[in-house]
Amino acid sequence: MTELVLFWIFAAAIVVSSALVIVSRDALHSAMSLVAAFFFLAGEYVLLWAHTIAVLQVLVYAGAIMVLFLFVIMLLSLTETALGGGRMSFGRAVGGAASAALLVLLVVAIARMQVPAVTLDAARQATFGTLAHVGEVLYTRWLLPFEAVSLLLLVAIVGAVVVAKARI
Amino acid sequence: MSAVPVQNFLYLAAVLFTLGMFGVMVRRNALVVFMCVELMLNAANLTFLAFARQRGDDTGHLSAFFVIAVAAAEAAVGLAIVIAVFRSRGTVNVEEIRTMKH
Repeated sequence: MTELVLFWIFAAAIVVSSALVIVSRDALHSAMSLVAAFFFLAGEYVLLWAHTIAVLQVLVYAGAIMVLFLFVIMLLSLTETALGGGRMSFGRAVGGAASAALLVLLVVAIARMQVPAVTLDAARQATFGTLAHVGEVLYTRWLLPFEAVSLLLLVAIVGAVVVAKARI
Repeated sequence: MSAVPVQNFLYLAAVLFTLGMFGVMVRRNALVVFMCVELMLNAANLTFLAFARQRGDDTGHLSAFFVIAVAAAEAAVGLAIVIAVFRSRGTVNVEEIRTMKH
């Protein structure tokens, strides 16, 4: 019961803050709303027993990635007036209608879905989503993808420096 | 098994994904478009975790982990491109950046 109440509190907060990301005229306000949305999403992850991912969400998303966004926004010091008014174009109207249609489609698909209940034994339940268990699987069965991600991040660092630097 | 039905999480993820898609379609500030892409990635993560919980198999958590790592790489390179475009064009309006549209 408590979990359900928490779910609805977090869900309402997520929807409101992500709507604010879209409607805010100032990019800085959008970024701060996005940080709030990421924090509430971490709460939902805890409700799903994904403790490891909840911690990573706060550390990497709400921490590192959003700091990068805020840094770039402040570096460019953008104002909405520099981006022109809220002119309505055909392409944007089609895009908005397409996302509304996708929402209806997804809701219908989820409503028709059959979800069989899977029960966990007590031993499995004790390790589900913990840092120890996720880490163990990550460093044994998923070691190669993990190393590939480290290479990807290295390439991204070098690429970011090369692209953003004015003269090399 | 869980007090919250898995469908609730899936509905929330669907709403979050379409909100992100709406932002990508409607906003013209490249930085806000990026933020909306992050929202869509998070909706996908929420779906991974919801199904991991429902199936009682936390391999889905690893998928979410890799999504977070790739999102970090994407943000670094994407924001570098935004800075480079702003330096050469003086704008981050996605409707004014159309040199490659021919």
